[in-house]
Amino acid sequence: MMPVRSPTGLRALLVGLVVLLLASCVMSLAFGPASIPMRNVAQVVAGQLGLDIAGEPGKSQAHIVWLIRAPRVVLGALVGAGLALVGTALQAVTRNPLADPHLLGVSSGAALGAVLVMLYLGEFMGVFSLPLAAFMGAAGSMLLVIAVARRGGRMESDRLLLAGVAVSFVLMALVNVLLYSGDQHAAASVVFWMLGGLGAARWDVIWLPALCVVLVLLALQAMARGLNALMSGEQTAISLGFSGRRLRLQVFICTSLLTGVLVALSGAIGFVGLMVPHMARALVGADNRRLLPVSALLGAIFLVWVDVAARTLIAPEDLPIGIATAALGGLFFIVLLRR
Amino acid sequence: MTSLTIDDLHWALPGPRLLLNGVNVQVQQGEFVGLIGANGSGKTSLLRCAYRATQPTAGRVSLGGEDLWQRSPRWCAQRIAVVLQEFPEEFGLSVAEVVAMGHTPHKALFDGETAEDRARSAQALEQVGLAEHARRTFATLSGGEKQRVLLARALVQAPELLILDEPTNHLDPRYQLELLQHLRGLGLSILASFHDLNLAAAFCDRLYVIDGGRIVASGTPHQVLTPELLRQVFGVDALVDQHPLHPYPRITWVTRS
Repeated sequence: MMPVRSPTGLRALLVGLVVLLLASCVMSLAFGPASIPMRNVAQVVAGQLGLDIAGEPGKSQAHIVWLIRAPRVVLGALVGAGLALVGTALQAVTRNPLADPHLLGVSSGAALGAVLVMLYLGEFMGVFSLPLAAFMGAAGSMLLVIAVARRGGRMESDRLLLAGVAVSFVLMALVNVLLYSGDQHAAASVVFWMLGGLGAARWDVIWLPALCVVLVLLALQAMARGLNALMSGEQTAISLGFSGRRLRLQVFICTSLLTGVLVALSGAIGFVGLMVPHMARALVGADNRRLLPVSALLGAIFLVWVDVAARTLIAPEDLPIGIATAALGGLFFIVLLRR
Repeated sequence: MTSLTIDDLHWALPGPRLLLNGVNVQVQQGEFVGLIGANGSGKTSLLRCAYRATQPTAGRVSLGGEDLWQRSPRWCAQRIAVVLQEFPEEFGLSVAEVVAMGHTPHKALFDGETAEDRARSAQALEQVGLAEHARRTFATLSGGEKQRVLLARALVQAPELLILDEPTNHLDPRYQLELLQHLRGLGLSILASFHDLNLAAAFCDRLYVIDGGRIVASGTPHQVLTPELLRQVFGVDALVDQHPLHPYPRITWVTRS
């Protein structure tokens, strides 16, 4: 299949993906431990949007659909879109098709923050303690990676990748020491958190990831020509009028902050940021101006459906979504490769 | 009128050795200037200083009288295009996408390509003889085709000065000659490094010879390409005579039998 490269083709594809995403969001509301008919879901969603469909769903069903499942679905879409965006941008600036959002040590930093809260500090700030500590850990590890990678004002992507891996291992060692020596019950809940989950979604916090994803999408879209140039090489980027060093630093900082927010809210969800960009490239080619929005939409759709699997496969328990993304995503990709 | 002026340029990595030591180079408007020298002599470093990739430790690089380091990278990219040995092979960019990157320095943040831009891209591909390959994946091209695509991108950039790092490296004889003839016909100011001295002799108006980070000779090919200089710089014996058909020198390497 040839990638779609014409402007009209791209527009049609984007509209199609947006429709698919909205449909996925609404349809996925029907799935969960309590099965709710699609008709009732439609009534609840329409009611919230000020429309009226004949019939009145039960109060408990309305509660489940709108207050429990809907924010979770929206968070899933945002996390999927955000991770896919971050992966796309990092693969371009590091010129490494295996780069992913967790590469620069952000997730291990977040895990360290989460462990400290869960095992030692307790909920010093109520429900926000864990996301806040995870975010602080993520930001801290990002600064550490950049500090390690810098040499004489220069920062090559190879050094950055290696610094990310090294810092990640050191932080994970710390996390594991704390888990190993800490209370086993609390340790189990930390491990569960690190496997990823969207269970913490609530309407009153959803604005934060939404704002971050939109801002980072706009920022990366504005840098898309620069990403294309960096994807071709450092000297090429300079010859096309970019400071490679500055552009890379900008991309690292905004992607690390977004990853930090997403990991803080949903744990370390793997695979999406690594593989969705490759799927998007198969659809529209490598030009980041087309790739970024398509990647974000695909990531969102993907994670909405994986979360459906996560909350139905072993209902009434939640399967950590990281396990589901890794298993389903990995299998899907093996099928693609073998086709 | 002078296009590029490199004035008493010094450059060094941390360490005692100066990699460029008091280099003076000028490229006049419309002039084709060649840079020759052995491997590791400083050719690529000098070119990098000329397109504002490497900041010199001392000295000045200016274009039309304006110091490059007083100007932004973007300002330079609007005026200087570079053909490098750096190929964008990962991720499956298409030939058309690589060529279209040449519009980059002339575009604001969210600008798309206009019909005119697309026509210019197509024309540039046409000029390098690859019009029918626009939709192919760049990585699947041969070395010579890649080189020509990068030249098309540089042409799209609409520069005053074109800098080329060993442009004929991957090319068959036919494309070497075609590419250089084409470059000559553009009327741009050109600074290019060469491995093949006969090509440099045939196409350049003037040559600079760099050795150990210093310019050791400069002038027309006839003035520069002497057996003494070739022995001194490349450590090889050579015969230099007049090309049988053209008014430029011909170099024949003397091998020991």
